[in-house]
Amino acid sequence: MIMDDNRDSAAKRTFSATARLLSALKLDGPLLVALGLLSLYALIVQYSASGQSVDTVLRTLMRIGLGTLAMIALAHSSPNFLRSLAPWLYFAGIVLLLVVDAIGYVGKGAQRWLDLGLIRFQPSEIMKLAVPMFAASFMHERPLPPTWRNLLVLAVIIVAPAGLVAMQPDLGTALLIFATGALVVLMAGLQWQIIAGLAVAAGGLGVIGWNFLHDYQRQRIRIFLDPQSDPLGSGYHIIQSQIAIGSGGLFGKGWMNGSQAQLEFLPERSTDFIFAVIGEEFGLLGLLVLLLLYLFIVSRSLFLASQASGTFARLLASSLALTFFVYVFINAGMVSGLLPVVGVPLPLISYGGTSVVTLLAGFGILMGLYSHRKLVNS
Amino acid sequence: MSRFGKSRGARSTRPSQGGSAPRPASFRLRLGLLFGLLTLVGIGLAGRAVQLQLVQHHFLAGQGDARFSRVAAIAAHRGTISDRQGEPLAVSTPVDSVWVNPQELAGNSEQLPRLARAMKTDVHELVRQVSTGMDRQFMYVKRGLQPNDARKVRDLGIPGVNLTREYRRYYPAGEVTGHLLGFTDVDDVGQEGIEHAYDNWLGGEDGAKRVIQDSQGHKVEDVEGIRAVRPGGDLRLSLDLRIQYLAYRELKAAIRDNRARAGSVVVIDVRSGEVLAMVNQPAYNPNDRSQISPAVYRNRAATDLFEPGSSIKPFFVAAGISSGRFNANSVIDTNPGFVQVGANTISDERNFGAIPLSMVLAKSSNVGMARLALALEPRQIWNTLSGFGFGQVSASGFPGESAGVLTNFSHWRTISIATMSHGYGLSVTPLQLAQAYATLGALGIRRPVSLLRVDTPVTGERVLDGQVCASLLHLLESVITPEGTAPLAQIPGFRVAGKTGTAYKAEGGGYSLDRYVGTFGGVVPVSNPRLAAVVVIDEPTAGKHHGGEVAAPVFSAVLGGALRLLGVPPDNLRPAGKDAVLSGTHVAQR
Repeated sequence: MIMDDNRDSAAKRTFSATARLLSALKLDGPLLVALGLLSLYALIVQYSASGQSVDTVLRTLMRIGLGTLAMIALAHSSPNFLRSLAPWLYFAGIVLLLVVDAIGYVGKGAQRWLDLGLIRFQPSEIMKLAVPMFAASFMHERPLPPTWRNLLVLAVIIVAPAGLVAMQPDLGTALLIFATGALVVLMAGLQWQIIAGLAVAAGGLGVIGWNFLHDYQRQRIRIFLDPQSDPLGSGYHIIQSQIAIGSGGLFGKGWMNGSQAQLEFLPERSTDFIFAVIGEEFGLLGLLVLLLLYLFIVSRSLFLASQASGTFARLLASSLALTFFVYVFINAGMVSGLLPVVGVPLPLISYGGTSVVTLLAGFGILMGLYSHRKLVNS
Repeated sequence: MSRFGKSRGARSTRPSQGGSAPRPASFRLRLGLLFGLLTLVGIGLAGRAVQLQLVQHHFLAGQGDARFSRVAAIAAHRGTISDRQGEPLAVSTPVDSVWVNPQELAGNSEQLPRLARAMKTDVHELVRQVSTGMDRQFMYVKRGLQPNDARKVRDLGIPGVNLTREYRRYYPAGEVTGHLLGFTDVDDVGQEGIEHAYDNWLGGEDGAKRVIQDSQGHKVEDVEGIRAVRPGGDLRLSLDLRIQYLAYRELKAAIRDNRARAGSVVVIDVRSGEVLAMVNQPAYNPNDRSQISPAVYRNRAATDLFEPGSSIKPFFVAAGISSGRFNANSVIDTNPGFVQVGANTISDERNFGAIPLSMVLAKSSNVGMARLALALEPRQIWNTLSGFGFGQVSASGFPGESAGVLTNFSHWRTISIATMSHGYGLSVTPLQLAQAYATLGALGIRRPVSLLRVDTPVTGERVLDGQVCASLLHLLESVITPEGTAPLAQIPGFRVAGKTGTAYKAEGGGYSLDRYVGTFGGVVPVSNPRLAAVVVIDEPTAGKHHGGEVAAPVFSAVLGGALRLLGVPPDNLRPAGKDAVLSGTHVAQR
């Protein structure tokens, strides 16, 4: 008993020491643990999905490391600093997007990257953070819910970068950027009547927008409605991913044993369609574990957001938390055949890109906004 | 829902103080609502997973299996054809065929020049092929690639380019055995000759196995065998490649020297009915597909009919002797050198007068033959000819073999009997004629002609009395004497019995006056017959056209060599031309 007590107290000491460390780092324990578990999951799945490529795993580890650094740095930043940073980040991002679009126009093709020699990076990734930051900071000192005039300004703030990204063309990222901004507006207390009105208007715009879509984008929507119309062409992705998920069954075929994924019948298996690899190799249980992890991360994030103080902090935090789930919904929905195919990765699980860094940075901001609330309150 | 009444009131509260978040209740309500929405969405996603993985699991798993599980064929090795000593005549060597998926390859079209170089084909042709096959997913671009080149193609690793193991036929003897063996098509299926006749036996049966393949169609793993491959059986022919070579060489030389259109030689082992050699001219090389055309690959010896002319005479004489009306010493009056049959006149070269049967054959007297034939019952003649195999397909089993033409005796008219007796109005194949001479050599026992090696003795069927045959052979020896038509058929050291034939070729309802078929059929050695052969020289144009001049020398050369090769002991060590027995007969006749 005494030994138990000792062990107990030792455990308590370790626990409290960890808590102190986390508090000093301004990080949130439960969220951090969940993110860690998700990253571990990602590494395990990526090893299998990449065809046992250690290189892939190491690259992802490096990105997770980079993202963690960004997370710690941003968690330390005060809301006020972030708020003052927001316009600079936003306008710098707009300029970079213009540059990328210009290069893409000259090069006559899709252009998303900016090659800085050492690293290549996507300006659109910055916008995923810069848009909600700037939108939240814009609303910070303004009346809530936003007036019509302010709504118009917000619309410009959101649509401009989303439009530039859509021109690259990268519909998936544009959609996400739009979602982050729209969620800020939504959380700012937009009247429900307006929301309903906007929804109707969006429907109308969608019909008009159809004419502005690229052929391949239209094709994706057509295929979504009837994948069997072109089973070897554009419908291939959707059919193959549903087969992969479905053939996994309850327990899956086992790690590195997914025939659809390992034999390369599943396209983009380590990036956009990694959800199907999980479904095939780990089955329904693997998918439920993943969804529960996501749900936990989102609910914890929403809790942190609800505790944040100040309009900027609350709007930004809740937007980041909700965007994360939009990510999950779009990707999982697309891979399982509920949504049309748009190029949105499964957050923190898909391999590649800078989205891991951006996402972890976003969680850093979220944690910082939460841990700085007392400071603000006191 | 919320009317945000409070929010309007809170407008005065400036958040610049930092502390007072506006309308926390509304904010939290929205968060709560959204969280609820998210949970519903999450449940929706989970529900979709349940739908796919539990409800549709069986269907989707089947669809998945259908994508990577394939039944692949295992090519069966085609049996080897060899001659009677086991010399390979047709062997299958493993090769690889290159096939592409044009749709997949389209993405790598810049690789086409490298592929063309590795396959040693023209790049423009390859591009054309691939671009015309864009609606297909399988297309051969090169069949039968040598293993070395195939490895180069494999090493390129171009997506959409695949290799399949196949077997390709190779004929070591080339032209020499081309007509007899025939050839296989690109899918290794026999098309002509022995390859065609014994295709089922040689071809075996492809096996099948279940394999796992990836999306590029590359085989990843063999799962299970479904059907074992049954390799093709080997085939040992009756052919003796040495004699075949000899016959080929001699015939080719004779065709060249006589500027003849075509020719055939058939050598049969009298004791077993086995065909030891069967060659034709013009020949072709089955290894070179560009040479293959019906005009050259036809095995004339089995498929082509010709009117035998005088070389049929021994069989009419056989009918005559076996009828009892004639015997070896019978004398036939051929005066005045022609005979009127109805409106037709049958004539000899000159008036031979009254001559014994041996001289009727030696001089090839048409008048003598007509007198003999017209003295016989048509049924008797027909029975004898049929017994020797005329008018019937032989037992060789060679595809496309002709039966020859021998109308039933009930349709015979006097004139047709008279003309048939010197070889017009009926037609035969060289193989058929050779079989008839072989039956004669076997002293009246007809053994089925065989292209396969025969190891067990063949009983055969007696079609003519042995004594009759023996005396007929004896009579036929006179043909080879200087007084006969074929002294050139002599083989030093051996007694030869045979008969020449020189027939006008039929053309446009009548007979040509300057196109001939020269033949020689014979048996050797007479004292203990071992080999029978027929030589046919079609349309010699270099001056000589008599069977004794164009065909007899080939007979002599081929059978002389064959007898040595087979180690047959000579039966006539006296100098040629002084055949005591024959001259004795002559003396007795006079």
